[in-house]
Amino acid sequence: MRKISMIAPGVIAAMLSLTAQGDELRQLRTELEQLKQTYETRIQVLERRLQEMQSAEPSGAAHAHANAGNAPAAPSPQRGVRRGNAFNPNASVILNATFGEFSRDPAMYALPGFALGEDSGPGEEGFALGEAELIFDANIDDRFYGSLTLALATEDGETKTELEEAYIQTLGLPAGFTAKAGRFYSRIGYLNEFHPHVDDFVDRPLAYRALLAGQYGDDGVQLRWVAPTDLFLEIGGEVLRGANFPAGGAAHDGKGAASLFAHLGGDVGVSHSWRAGLSHLHAQARERKSDDGDNSFSGDSDVTIADFIWKWAPQGNPSRTNFKFQTEYLHRAEDGLFNDLDYSGEQNGAYAQGVYQFMPKWRAGVRYDWLEADNRGAAVADSVLDTLGHDPWRASALLEYDPSEFSRLRLQYNRDASQPDVDHQLFLNFVMSLGAHGAHAF
Amino acid sequence: MKKLWLLLGGALFYITLAQPAHAALAVFACEPEWAALAQELGGDKVSASSATTALQDPHHIEARPSLIARMRRADLVVCTGADLEAGWLPLLLRQAGNAKVQPGSPGYFEASQWVELLEIPARLDRAEGDVHPQGNPHLHTDARNITRVAAALAARLAEIDADNAAFYRARHQDFAVRWQAAVQRWEQQAAPLKGVPIVVQHRAWPYLNRWLGLREVAALEPKPGVEPSSAQLAAVLSALQNEPAKFIVRAAYHDARPSEWLAERANLPIVVLPYTVGGSDAAQDLFGLFDDTIRRLLAIAQ
Repeated sequence: MRKISMIAPGVIAAMLSLTAQGDELRQLRTELEQLKQTYETRIQVLERRLQEMQSAEPSGAAHAHANAGNAPAAPSPQRGVRRGNAFNPNASVILNATFGEFSRDPAMYALPGFALGEDSGPGEEGFALGEAELIFDANIDDRFYGSLTLALATEDGETKTELEEAYIQTLGLPAGFTAKAGRFYSRIGYLNEFHPHVDDFVDRPLAYRALLAGQYGDDGVQLRWVAPTDLFLEIGGEVLRGANFPAGGAAHDGKGAASLFAHLGGDVGVSHSWRAGLSHLHAQARERKSDDGDNSFSGDSDVTIADFIWKWAPQGNPSRTNFKFQTEYLHRAEDGLFNDLDYSGEQNGAYAQGVYQFMPKWRAGVRYDWLEADNRGAAVADSVLDTLGHDPWRASALLEYDPSEFSRLRLQYNRDASQPDVDHQLFLNFVMSLGAHGAHAF
Repeated sequence: MKKLWLLLGGALFYITLAQPAHAALAVFACEPEWAALAQELGGDKVSASSATTALQDPHHIEARPSLIARMRRADLVVCTGADLEAGWLPLLLRQAGNAKVQPGSPGYFEASQWVELLEIPARLDRAEGDVHPQGNPHLHTDARNITRVAAALAARLAEIDADNAAFYRARHQDFAVRWQAAVQRWEQQAAPLKGVPIVVQHRAWPYLNRWLGLREVAALEPKPGVEPSSAQLAAVLSALQNEPAKFIVRAAYHDARPSEWLAERANLPIVVLPYTVGGSDAAQDLFGLFDDTIRRLLAIAQ
């Protein structure tokens, strides 16, 4: 308030002196007005000339710009448009729901010889909404790319949010290196890195279900290197927290798991392409609970995976017909204490599948997978580790209709011999993606 | 075991070092037309290869391991942009670990930034099919757009390979003169095509149509990128009774069936255009591409 009372007299004084110089001011104003008018006409003339020149410019004259460096030859019309959300990350939503029919009660599901991790069941009977995923990703700056995947699912009547992936990845490291940090799915094997909604089949292979609880993801860092060769060669490794199955309890001061992987790949002619890989995960488990919560394992878990993918598309154009063959072999060795009793186990599993797009929008596929366990030690008798003399296996058939790139409808039948009594399973499933156009990995 | 690791390490070392010292600038082109243009401008200072062929749909190829390997060694990436490669290019860029060619760096070049795009959708909705928010990406089918992109690409080559800047400038001058003469020739040859009504299979030709004055009266794909059903083809057939067309235009990479179905019932001839370099025997370079395109159009329009 005091300030205003001090300023006010100054303003009044200035105004008084202005009226005193009124004539001079009026003169100045008219001069200014004249100046303005001349400039306006001048600008108009210049604008008109510019327009004339632009429309008269022959289409081929653009090469004259070449020496002017990077100046665009013709501006794109959308260049002027600025939207407030232009810098928002790409966002997409994945909706996924399944109708399941089982000849046996899925609550009784088990894989004899294996203590299963979380969410390793065959799914629910009847109508069930699977996870709805929210994905955001974008380049952070010229050095980093970031991605976030949230899964929304209902568990025991409550909607839960799970942070599936949240990582950054470098874009500008020299010599073919790429580093990744945060929470991500490990790059071991082939299927492990993918979110289940991009899988060809409704459910993961038994080997993934039993040995990796679907897939292994954790907090940590990854470094990989692509060789400067004609043949695709990539090698890399990860150090991870070790909080999730097959690790557990974030052993070794939160550095409880490490992996190494190598991938090779290339083309054979124009119609065939392939990728092969070998990876190893060493995980330490500290009181790793099984899905039912009744069992606990502490010790070492070592997973080795060999994978091979072969794709065919006539002339390399998959639009009309294409075929994909995919197989992986998983081996897991565990050694430690199971419910405080000695246990050492060797477990193997594999699957092979082929999916054929026989006409646009339609795909059909078959898959066979099996598991076997050789568990020893005092812990085995009368526990879930006892195989009961049965090696689980399963055969599946799939029919898929994709109205567009963004929608899939699937019908799948499983003859599931996870347990000695065969379970006949039928799934009707949709996976749809809304929003940004995601790129598809090989 | 130790021996095995030594062997593996030795092999790796060998592969890394045994690569030929890259004398030529490695250009990773997304489509054959840009590989041809880069080669045209760069001569023996450039070694250009294309990620797609004329028989592949540039919207839908797989991010194959061989392409990651090629991207890894690229000095310059030349693509159309406007989301044409949205399904595979971002993934290749992220997986190859090549800092030189990331978007925003001089090693990343998008042709669509240098020409005026047509068919910018007023409404963005996936119900409209495979729409491109920035406009129709099939921009190279107008030869005058090649002129614009060539100027910008020559400047970019000179920027990233400054030692040979004068060489690129000279080659571009030479190319621009020859191209300008060819454009004039094509325009004269194509004069009879002005106003000719056509049916297209995919809306891949708005630039060609605008340039030569062809009139698109119908498209077989009900919406861009959506395979037509028989009901939709029947609708096109009945629409053609009110607005007759002279022939059907299809790119070499498109499925033949929809256009053959319509050709039979509407009694219309089909012209298969090379669409890009390599799409026909005569389309071995950019000049051949347009020579052949116009020759085929004239042959069928007569």
